[in-house]
Amino acid sequence: MDSALIPEGVERCSLKRFTLGLVIPAALVIWGLYAAYLCWFKGLNQTNMNDSYGFALWIWADLAVIAVGGGAFFTGFLRYVVGKDELKNIINFAVIVGFCCYCSAMLILAIDIGQPLRGWFIFWHANVHSMLTEVAFCLSLYLSVLAIEYLPLLLENRKIDQNPFWHNMGHRMHEIMAVFAATGAFLSCFHQGSLGGVTGVLYGRPFGLREGIFIWPWTFFLYTWSAAACGPCFTMFCCKITEKLTGKRLVKDNVYDLLAKISGWMLGTYIVAKIADTLWWAVVTVPKTGFSFMQFYNNSNNYHGLWILILELVVCGIVPAAILLKKEWRQNSRLFMVAVTLAVFGVCLNRWVMVMQPMAMPVMTFDQWVLYFPSWQEWATTILPVAGGILVIALSYRYLPVFPQERELNPVEKS
Amino acid sequence: MNTESNETRAKKFGMVIDLDKCTGCGSCMVACSAENNIPVRKDESDKLLSITWIRVYRITNGKDFPDTEICYFPRPCQHCGGKHDDGHSPCVSVCPATATDYDHSTGIVSQIYTRCFGCRYCMAACPYHARYFNWWDPVWPAKLEESLSPDVSPRMRGVVEKCSFCFHRYQLARDKAYQEERDVEEMEYQTACTQACPSGAITFGDLNNPDHAVYTLKKDKRAFRLLERLHTNPKVYYLSEREWVRRAGDNYLSNEEPTGAPGAYELKGKGGH
Repeated sequence: MDSALIPEGVERCSLKRFTLGLVIPAALVIWGLYAAYLCWFKGLNQTNMNDSYGFALWIWADLAVIAVGGGAFFTGFLRYVVGKDELKNIINFAVIVGFCCYCSAMLILAIDIGQPLRGWFIFWHANVHSMLTEVAFCLSLYLSVLAIEYLPLLLENRKIDQNPFWHNMGHRMHEIMAVFAATGAFLSCFHQGSLGGVTGVLYGRPFGLREGIFIWPWTFFLYTWSAAACGPCFTMFCCKITEKLTGKRLVKDNVYDLLAKISGWMLGTYIVAKIADTLWWAVVTVPKTGFSFMQFYNNSNNYHGLWILILELVVCGIVPAAILLKKEWRQNSRLFMVAVTLAVFGVCLNRWVMVMQPMAMPVMTFDQWVLYFPSWQEWATTILPVAGGILVIALSYRYLPVFPQERELNPVEKS
Repeated sequence: MNTESNETRAKKFGMVIDLDKCTGCGSCMVACSAENNIPVRKDESDKLLSITWIRVYRITNGKDFPDTEICYFPRPCQHCGGKHDDGHSPCVSVCPATATDYDHSTGIVSQIYTRCFGCRYCMAACPYHARYFNWWDPVWPAKLEESLSPDVSPRMRGVVEKCSFCFHRYQLARDKAYQEERDVEEMEYQTACTQACPSGAITFGDLNNPDHAVYTLKKDKRAFRLLERLHTNPKVYYLSEREWVRRAGDNYLSNEEPTGAPGAYELKGKGGH
């Protein structure tokens, strides 16, 4: 029925099977939209946030999707600016995943603010000292860049491509894509960094506070670094899942190997920097505020124990970095999946720790630790963009030539 | 010698709270709520959701009977001057829409309700939990609505609010003084909590003005500020004879002696974090 829209030379499942496969994500989108409606019309009393936990699940989700969406800017940077030509075989997919992630961040931010209709005030009454201002500007601009990067792929749809105007436009856009990739890399460095600065500059919250250089706390650089390291891991993770679901190889192993090796180096160096930052913070920064390092981890609930730091740095940092750096290990498909999964989980955990723990721990001596568990509306609105992303990726895969190597890897027998 | 007149010199309004006089009666909280049109919900028992611009904490020395001691600790917004006292308060510096601002002519940290879009970054930044979010639409019992103050705008759902040092009172006093071509007298501008305190524990005035009581009180040897070591530079000073109370004002490592006198941890030089 939709065969005229499907790229030439590739096979797709029947429309009925495809539609059935989208039932669950579509249902989750509807559920999430209902929860978003409640939050917009009834207010943020629909959440379990409170005056101690003003930043909670949604801010974490924002930071996490932007970190894992970093695959788009870093793969684009490697492909167009550094000139790693093999990566042209995965860049389309990286752009789609990044686009979904950044759309998710914008949607969650729109739900997260108490007065959604005043969201534009962040641009109109911008406070140049605020990290969130920098985030808002760079995030919106980079989402536009991603949309521009996604557009030529959309124009390659078989039906659209038949129109000479769109065909030529798509072709011309491909030619100037390096400019957008470089712009995207520049913008990403700033908004990934300023997201790191969000808690790093909070000098009233010793857990999040970091020293740094000029106006930038060390977390500014660590966030950009970790996004560049773990973003491509998320791209590869999603790519592998797509291969599993479609039952096809879509990208050659040498492409994975190159990207995994680069991610390994980025992750390995990041972990060294992160450990150095943690040590400096524990030994120098924290004692100046009157806290001892262990005060942040000794509390009546085991929720914020030292285990979380070990999990982040060792299990989700050193282990995946080692796997990705050693050729034999990263070329073992199981170990490869373990490594990219741990890396993605680790960067999400890092964002969780940096957002949630500063809110949970008391600063005044007579304050208490505060615990928080999100309401169903918060879960639903956080799942909403994930399910939406699955729909976008599924539709893109079906109707667009996302993977240049697909035809070669899966030759269609002509009957 | 400072030859500047009181009329032209920048003011720095602040508060000195004598904790040894505070009985924990809560009059300050009630007066503040009435003065500033704080909404009233049916259930105010969850203190993480209810709005109390000034909140009285109850702290103890942690000792068993008969050595137990209790101190009531009122905590309004500290109207921080920020690092180097240059107006970059923890909350002001992070607000992305300039909805909270530092007034250099009074030292008061303001909140512009119609500009706040409810991102709550300021709440994450404030270590004193002095900022409150309007999770619900503001409601008052029918009769109470008739006694709302016309000088203070009620806040809408989805914005942050906090103690303003009853700034509307300053506006009224300043307008009157301007008409009469004189400066605002000390007793002309007093916050609602100061006036309501039956034991006279709260003193309010211009910390820069030698004629005001707070000017002398802030230099008292019993004086300290909350979380002095974080360099927030609060304009609320506390007094107590009791060493454990002064120690409760800040965090210290186990081997450290409290040196919490105001300004004891002042930063040298500018810039950096």
